[in-house]
Amino acid sequence: MSEPLLEIRNTTKIFGGGFLQSSPQTIAVQDFDLTIAKEPATITTIAGESGSGKTTLANLILGFISLTSGQILYKGHDIATMDERQKHEYRREVQAVFQDPYAVYNPFYRVKHIFDLVIKHFKLAENKQEARELIEHALNVVGMRGEEVLEKYPHQLSGGQRQRMMVARAYMLRPRLIVADEPVSMVDASLRAMILDIMLRLRDEENISFLYITHDLSTSYQIGDKIHILYQGLVTEKGDTSKVIEHPHHPYVQELIDSIPVPDPNEKWDTTISLPSEEELRAHVESGCRFYPRCPHRMDHCLTKYPPLYRIDGLDHQAACYLYDEGVVGTDQELDVIEKEKVTSELAT
Amino acid sequence: MTLTWDMQDAKSTDDRDVVLEVKDLRVHYATPLGDVIACNGISFKVYEGETVGLVGESGCGKTTTAMGVLRLVQPPGRIVEGEVLLDGVDVLSLNEEELRRVRWNQISLIPQGAMNSLNPVMRVKDQIGDAIQTHESRAREAVKERILELLNLVGLPARVYNMYPHELSGGMKQRVCIAMAIALNPSLVIADEFTSALDVIVQRVVAQTMLDVKDRLGMSMILIGHDMGLQAQLVDRIAVMYAGNIVEIAPVEDIFEESLHPYTQLLIESIPSIKERKPLKVTEGLTHDLRNPPPGCIFQFRCPYVMEHCREVEPPLRELKPLHEVACHLFEEQDGKIVDISDESVV
Repeated sequence: MSEPLLEIRNTTKIFGGGFLQSSPQTIAVQDFDLTIAKEPATITTIAGESGSGKTTLANLILGFISLTSGQILYKGHDIATMDERQKHEYRREVQAVFQDPYAVYNPFYRVKHIFDLVIKHFKLAENKQEARELIEHALNVVGMRGEEVLEKYPHQLSGGQRQRMMVARAYMLRPRLIVADEPVSMVDASLRAMILDIMLRLRDEENISFLYITHDLSTSYQIGDKIHILYQGLVTEKGDTSKVIEHPHHPYVQELIDSIPVPDPNEKWDTTISLPSEEELRAHVESGCRFYPRCPHRMDHCLTKYPPLYRIDGLDHQAACYLYDEGVVGTDQELDVIEKEKVTSELAT
Repeated sequence: MTLTWDMQDAKSTDDRDVVLEVKDLRVHYATPLGDVIACNGISFKVYEGETVGLVGESGCGKTTTAMGVLRLVQPPGRIVEGEVLLDGVDVLSLNEEELRRVRWNQISLIPQGAMNSLNPVMRVKDQIGDAIQTHESRAREAVKERILELLNLVGLPARVYNMYPHELSGGMKQRVCIAMAIALNPSLVIADEFTSALDVIVQRVVAQTMLDVKDRLGMSMILIGHDMGLQAQLVDRIAVMYAGNIVEIAPVEDIFEESLHPYTQLLIESIPSIKERKPLKVTEGLTHDLRNPPPGCIFQFRCPYVMEHCREVEPPLRELKPLHEVACHLFEEQDGKIVDISDESVV
């Protein structure tokens, strides 16, 4: 196998708890691994609730914050120890699109400004004519025309238009990877598809990989190739997006998918779920599974050590849950329960 | 496919008491370049014990409609005309004191981002107590009893009574807001995006609490939101808004299965599914300038079925079958059937 595009090795980020700080440590991301291959381009989803560490991960990859331990390699080079030339290349080839398309623009400048800045910084064009052509081409890729938008001020554009322009700006640099942190969560439903479609086209036609960071499993199901689902900084389940979402194995992921409101009035929630009290949830699980306080299948064994990733089927699909460790006493019964539930739910549908 | 319906069935719904009737509500926002028409003649009814969903994209006037109903429109906005009949009384013609009595007693609001509007230096008991005592004179003991009862109703433990907002999680704060909204047993609660900042699982728990409380108290509810999945789970009827107008209003099953207005269809098709992987449906989303609505239909620039007629005459909101109203020239009622006039087919 050739060298991967991006490789995240055993990465951990801990906030707080320093030498003079009395506040407890917060483990934002723990022992995270991820590989994105050079070919073919893929859309990898990092999903999780608020506080699960997904944005911390984006910030680590983009180099906004430094790692506590572990390594992030881009084309084989550690991003923490890159020289100036490599850093410049990394900055160009790894681009970002953020959640809020309203906050990234400076309201005093015309929107053209965001394109001019990058062209100047990366010396993409020799003269104005060339620059204009570059911008025009990038805008065409996202379905816009320069004369319609470039001379406008940000407030004159809709949220969907602004977000598409951010993608166009990223595209103009011919990146290999775009880190997209919740790119559609502030865009209206009927326009969301357009941005997702642009991501798919860039992947297929321009060979640009995406790291799609989101809390919305439905959209990642529609466009994602691989998925990693985080809970309190740790991966609970990962694998092919369709496999993980159609057949979730980790109890947390099962609960998560079950809680997504189905847009069908004939398929209403028929069960009620309840959350344990706040104290129980906040009680830090020192060792063992973080999902223990909420888990319907919890076993004593779960508190001994954080469960490693167990293989579900194939190489890729893995879940961090002792239910799938064949060596653990008592799991067979638990597995039976899960199997039975699966069969009944399949029968019901 | 032919749709027939039972007129008897429709009668029985009409017999239900109307809690709220909004008639031709118009709200404008003044800007230096002319008025933005945020509500362009909104009319709808809410029946007793019913949940009505108000959906549409950002900027379509959902929240403005709610603010109009509560007479809370802030300058530069103003209510230009219309009637808001709450149990038969026009809210828009009340004086300040009468209005104060109606608010919270008969109609209450869970505003957008309500959980972040709790006062950080007031205990939960004082915040809820404030709401109660402003409107009712009760003995202190009775108020305490009522607050504990409310907390219990929304599924919060009694110890929350003495806690500060920062000690609560998002879901718990949202429940405190629900408890406040129902404190005086209003006949109507308006909830604006009441789960929008919550995680999926917490959202589900809060939404179920809301439904449960509503059923127990027999109130009516208007749920403003953009999440069609959540609407499908929670509401009885849906009003779809586009650029300040209601374009379709119908029972939730009809909206999801037999929607008529092209915009509603677009909205339904663009819901990302978690059940099946399907190709994305991409549409251009250019809206007109809200200051200068074009003559004719407001959806004409985005409508795939636009006809010459649509550019000239504004389609009125008509009841094509019982409880199913739509504002579109495409459909006509003929002998109890809905006919698509573009190709004469029966819908």
